Amino acid sequence: MNTTRREFLGRSGCLLVLSASAASAWEAILAGRPEAAESYSTAAHWWGMCIDIGKCIGCGNCVRACKQENDVPLDPTFFRTWVERYHVVPDDLERPLVDSPNGGYDGFPERYQRDDGSKNFFVPKICNHCAASPCVQVCPVGATFDSPDGVVLVDKTYCLGCRYCIQACPYGCRFIDPRSRTVDKCTLCYHRITKGQTTACCEACPTGARRLADFKDPKDPVHAFLRDHPVHVLKPQMATHSKVYYNALDGSVR
Amino acid sequence: MEGLLQGVQGFMYPNEIELQWSLLIVLYRFITGLVAGAFILASLERVFNVQAVKPTYRLALLTALAFLLVAPLPLQLHLGHPGRSFEMYLTPHTASAMAMFGFVYLWYLMAVLVLEIWLDYRRDIVLMWRESRGWRRRIYGALALWSDNISDEALRFDDRLGRLLTIIGIPSAFLLHGYVGFIFGSVKANPWWSTPLMPIVFLFSAIVSGIALVMLVYMAAAWFRDRRIDMACVDTIARYLMYAFIIDFSLEMLDLVHRVYEADESFKTLDFMVRTRLYTSQVLVQIILGTLAPIALLAATQVFKLGAAVRTRLYLVAGVLTLVGIFAMRWNVVIGGQLFSKSFLGYTTYKIGFATREGLLPAIVLMLLPFAILWILVKLLPPWRPDHARPG
Repeated sequence: MNTTRREFLGRSGCLLVLSASAASAWEAILAGRPEAAESYSTAAHWWGMCIDIGKCIGCGNCVRACKQENDVPLDPTFFRTWVERYHVVPDDLERPLVDSPNGGYDGFPERYQRDDGSKNFFVPKICNHCAASPCVQVCPVGATFDSPDGVVLVDKTYCLGCRYCIQACPYGCRFIDPRSRTVDKCTLCYHRITKGQTTACCEACPTGARRLADFKDPKDPVHAFLRDHPVHVLKPQMATHSKVYYNALDGSVR
Repeated sequence: MEGLLQGVQGFMYPNEIELQWSLLIVLYRFITGLVAGAFILASLERVFNVQAVKPTYRLALLTALAFLLVAPLPLQLHLGHPGRSFEMYLTPHTASAMAMFGFVYLWYLMAVLVLEIWLDYRRDIVLMWRESRGWRRRIYGALALWSDNISDEALRFDDRLGRLLTIIGIPSAFLLHGYVGFIFGSVKANPWWSTPLMPIVFLFSAIVSGIALVMLVYMAAAWFRDRRIDMACVDTIARYLMYAFIIDFSLEMLDLVHRVYEADESFKTLDFMVRTRLYTSQVLVQIILGTLAPIALLAATQVFKLGAAVRTRLYLVAGVLTLVGIFAMRWNVVIGGQLFSKSFLGYTTYKIGFATREGLLPAIVLMLLPFAILWILVKLLPPWRPDHARPG
């Protein structure tokens, strides 16, 4: 066979370029279109949540409902949402006593006396669906992504299981599902909210402490809630543009 | 699971109790550091023309290659889906610090290290191809890419290109390990990692560990081959080791002083961790045994007039302690960064399995593997055949 070096290099180059383009095209075909209800328009929504700390009674309904709805492993180290109990001596915000037995799944056994002069309250935690999420930023393949309607989601068929996103989340909202060996987190019950329902945790909350919020809906009570209450987000110094707003968030909460 | 919960002191967010990055990630950082360091030592001779370290030039390159080939293995073993790691090449997420690893790695492996070794050895390979018979002949033929042109002109071209590659190679080695440091240093959620000093501390510690490794490999090779150690060579290497170590230690102390003086919100938590859970690995092993002791030993060889035998022994001990210290540093960064809660209210414990996927056994195997590869490389491409020295 008479092939000059120039021809050989030229042909290998063409082959390389063509096969790479074909592979990317095939990837795009395989990826398909995002799942959504027919009447749902992602452009019309911007999701988040409001949490009223004064209303949370630590019953754990939300934790149980979430684990059931989303098939979250029952072990005490895997949670899409959990509840923390704070016990704060008023002049020592730096050192609150915090516990979350089994993430609050079984409720909270009585532990502190009511009239010892301390502050006691519950803080439900959930993915903050940050608009500038460090977890989305660090994912090496883009398996974790922002949906156009403001929900941070994971493509489990694409996740490598490298755990960089878990390290990057300042709030501890992510874990590796031992069954799929991919990362798992709160989807804000995306399968429900795109059908006009609320999240499992909000639905299960007996006191209305958690409320799903659609910031793009002018009629959503979230606007009045944000206007009328002293609200705050967790760890504002992280500048993640969290979309979970807490009413009456104590300075001791981490 | 019960054991995990018992290892918790104070409060951890529930998802934080189990550590995410294991011993294998410690190993990955340790190994990439050795690669970068070994390469930079090799480059000293080539670019800056330091004749004294010439006997280690090829050995350092082969050592870098042996370790570089193993570097991605602990990562692969750690991934939940190793089969998908190729997606990092096909659909890299450009905002991710980690996404570039594959490209940096391939660039360094193929464009720099393999090519530089090949150019340097090409004359030897062709000569061995001509001399050998049977399967060895086929291997050397393939290694020479079936081209036996070793005319003076061709060799001069090889040398020029090799020199150019080394010049490109030094920033590439800096990039490789500085980049590994950036993966950690850019995690703002973790105050133990998040510092702009991280890439540069990692780079200097990489240089330190790589120099120590090559020095030890050279001494071991001399012992195995029953040859005299070239004292001018190891004296020079040991001196570089000491200088690099002093810079590295100063940078680490700068980081420490800065943390102590600034005493931000994370300080009390991290300070308590260093005094308790990390005390042995950080204060005793990393700082005292693995940094101050080897620097003192190396300094002693500079200050006092010691005989060759004593110096050799001191270098040996200092080299081993250096590797132990740098390994401890990798451990303290990777594992230490996950022992405390991001709520700053508690601590967890790291439990290593033995014959598990990310346990001690695979870690030991992965640590021995580069030496096995190096042995094969040295057999295949002997770094010390004087009759095949580079021209000119």
